[in-house]
Amino acid sequence: MSTVLISDPTLRDGSHAVRHRLTKEQMHSYMLIAEAAGIPIIEVGHGNGLGASSLQLGESLVPDEEIFKLASETLHHTKVGIHVIPGVATINDLKAALDLGVHVVRVASHCTEADITERHIAYALDRQREAYGVLMMSHMASVELLTQEALKMQSYGAQGVVIMDSAGVYLPNDVTERIEALTAALNIPVGFHAHNNLGLAIANSVAALRAGATILDATIRGFGAGAGNTQLEVLVAVLNKMGYTTHIDLPKLLEGANLAEQSIIGKVPTINSTSVVSGLAGVFSGFAKPVEQLSKKYNVDPHKVFMELGRRKVIAGQEDIIIEVVHEIAESEAERVDKIC
Amino acid sequence: MNGKIKVAIIGSGNIGTDLLKKTVRSPILECTLFVGRNLESPGMKIARELGVHVSDKKIDAMIDNAHMYDIVFDATSASDHARHAEIFKRLGKFVIDMTPSKIGEMCVPAVNLSECLVLDNVNMVTCGGQASLPVAYAIGQTHQRVEYIEVVSSIASKSAGPATRSNLDEYIETTEEAIRKFSRCLRAKAIINLNPAEPCIDMQTTIYAKVQEPDLEALTKTLNRTITNMQSYVPGYQLVLPPTIEDGRIVVMVKVQGLGDYLPKYAGNLDIINCAAIAAAEEYAYKTAGIEKGA
Repeated sequence: MSTVLISDPTLRDGSHAVRHRLTKEQMHSYMLIAEAAGIPIIEVGHGNGLGASSLQLGESLVPDEEIFKLASETLHHTKVGIHVIPGVATINDLKAALDLGVHVVRVASHCTEADITERHIAYALDRQREAYGVLMMSHMASVELLTQEALKMQSYGAQGVVIMDSAGVYLPNDVTERIEALTAALNIPVGFHAHNNLGLAIANSVAALRAGATILDATIRGFGAGAGNTQLEVLVAVLNKMGYTTHIDLPKLLEGANLAEQSIIGKVPTINSTSVVSGLAGVFSGFAKPVEQLSKKYNVDPHKVFMELGRRKVIAGQEDIIIEVVHEIAESEAERVDKIC
Repeated sequence: MNGKIKVAIIGSGNIGTDLLKKTVRSPILECTLFVGRNLESPGMKIARELGVHVSDKKIDAMIDNAHMYDIVFDATSASDHARHAEIFKRLGKFVIDMTPSKIGEMCVPAVNLSECLVLDNVNMVTCGGQASLPVAYAIGQTHQRVEYIEVVSSIASKSAGPATRSNLDEYIETTEEAIRKFSRCLRAKAIINLNPAEPCIDMQTTIYAKVQEPDLEALTKTLNRTITNMQSYVPGYQLVLPPTIEDGRIVVMVKVQGLGDYLPKYAGNLDIINCAAIAAAEEYAYKTAGIEKGA
C-alpha cells in the first residue's frame, strides 16, 4: 500500500481567508486537533509565509515568533512547517524561526524563479531541517520550464518539490501532465497543492497521486485563500477508499473538522462567482480578500479587477497592483459617466 | 584638454558598460580607463570601439594608471570593493560604489547629494532604494512622527542577473537601513518581487507609510518638487499613484522606465542606480572644475 505524506497548511493558507487575523487561541485549538488526528505536518504563519506581515500582504494579528513558540510547545508528534519566500523573508528571519523549533522549511518562489531559493534551502539543510522547494503559480510556466526549475531546486538539495496551483486554474489533465514530467525528471518526491476555484481540488489531488506525486497539501474544511484548498477530511476519506495510507485517524479528523469549523473557520470557503472568475483569469487566490475589499470601497466590479490582474500577469506578492488597478477602473468609469451626462 | 573630468570604471559587466555609455553623453565626464577581468567581454569591446583605454588587470590597472582619472565607479562586487576602498582612499580618488558593500555614505542625489560631495566614498544603496528613498524622505520631511515605512518593488525577471538573485537578503537589509536613515521612521520593511511576464514589466515601487496625522497636501507639494528633481537625472521616473490614503495608511506608487543605453528599457531598476551614480559624478566634477552647472 502506498503512503501519501499529508502537509496541512490550515493555519497558513487559512490565514488568507481571515486576512491573517487568527488568534492564538484559535491556532492552539487547531494544533490540538492536528496532533490528536495524527496529521504529520502543519504549516503555520502568515498566508504569504515567514516575515510576510506587512501593509502590502496584510498584517498578522500574532507575530511569527509567538506562533512558532506556541506550536513547538503544543505539538509533539506533528511537525511544524513554514512557507518561506526569498525577497520577503531573509535568512535572518529563517534563523529566528528555526531557533524556535520549526522543523519543516518549504522555500517557495514564483514558478520561474527557483534560483532565488538556493541560499534559503542551503541554510535550512545546514541546520539539519527538512527542506522542500515550492513552485508557486505553477500554471504560469510551460511544463518544460517548470521541470527545469524543479531540477534547480533538486540541485540545491531540496528533499522534495511541491507545485502549487495557486490560482485554482488546473483541470485534472493539466496536473497529470505536469506531475508526470516532474516525477520522470526528478529523483526526489513530488507534491501538489490545490485551490478549489473550479471545484477540482480533490480531483486534481487524486490526478497528482496517480501521476506519481507522494506529497499532498490539504486544509480542514478547505480553509484557505479564495475558494479554499483541498478539503483535508474529504481527501483523507478518498485516499482511504483508494487504498492509500496517510497515518491520519479519519474519525478523529472528522470530529476535529466539526470543532475547527466552530472554533477557527467562521465562514467555510465556498466557490462564489468571483472565485470562478479569479480561477479562469489565473490570478493568485490570496488576492480574493483585498480585491473584495477595494472593489467594494471604490464601487467597481471585482470581476473586472480580476480580469485586468490576469491580463497583466501579476504574480503572488504584487498585491499593490490591486490598488492601482482598482483606481484605474474607478477613474475610467468616472470618465465614462462624465461623458454620458 | 577638453575641460572634462576624467573617470575610470572598474567592473566591465552590465552596470559598468551602461555607465560607460552614459559618460559618453555627459558634458563634464570623460571615461579614460575601463577595467575588468576579460578583454573579450562585450563591455570591453564597446569600450575599445569608443577609444577608451582598457585593461584586464583588475585593481592593479587602477593603481598603475592612477594618473589617468579623478573619479572611479566601482561596479565589481561588495567583497572586492571592501579591498578596493582602502586603495582608492590612498590614491585620493572620489569613489562611487555601485556594490552593496555599505562602506561609503549612502547617496540619493535628489536627497543628499551636496553633503556627499565632500566625502571620498559614496554608496548608491540599491535600485529599490534609489526609487523609494526620495518618497520616504518626503514623507519624513512632512510628518512629525513616522512610525513605519514599507517599500515593495517589482522588477522584470530578465533584469535580475545572478548577483541580484543570490543577494536578495542584502538588498532587503540595505534598503531597510536606508529607509530608516532617510525618513527617520522607527521601523522599515522592504519586499522585492521578480516578475517574468513578457513583454517585460517596468520597475514599479510602492511606498506605504504609517504616520500619526497624514498630511497629504504637504506631502504632495514636497513630493512634486522631489519628482521634478528626480526626473532631471532619471527621465523615466514617474508617479503612478499620487499620495493616497488607503486603510489609514499613505500609499504612493512610482514607476521607472530605463533609458535603454546598454541595458534594455525594462531594466529601469539598473538604469536608476546608474543615473544616480552619473548625477553624483557630474556634480562632483562641476565642483572640482569650479564651474556652475549648465554654465
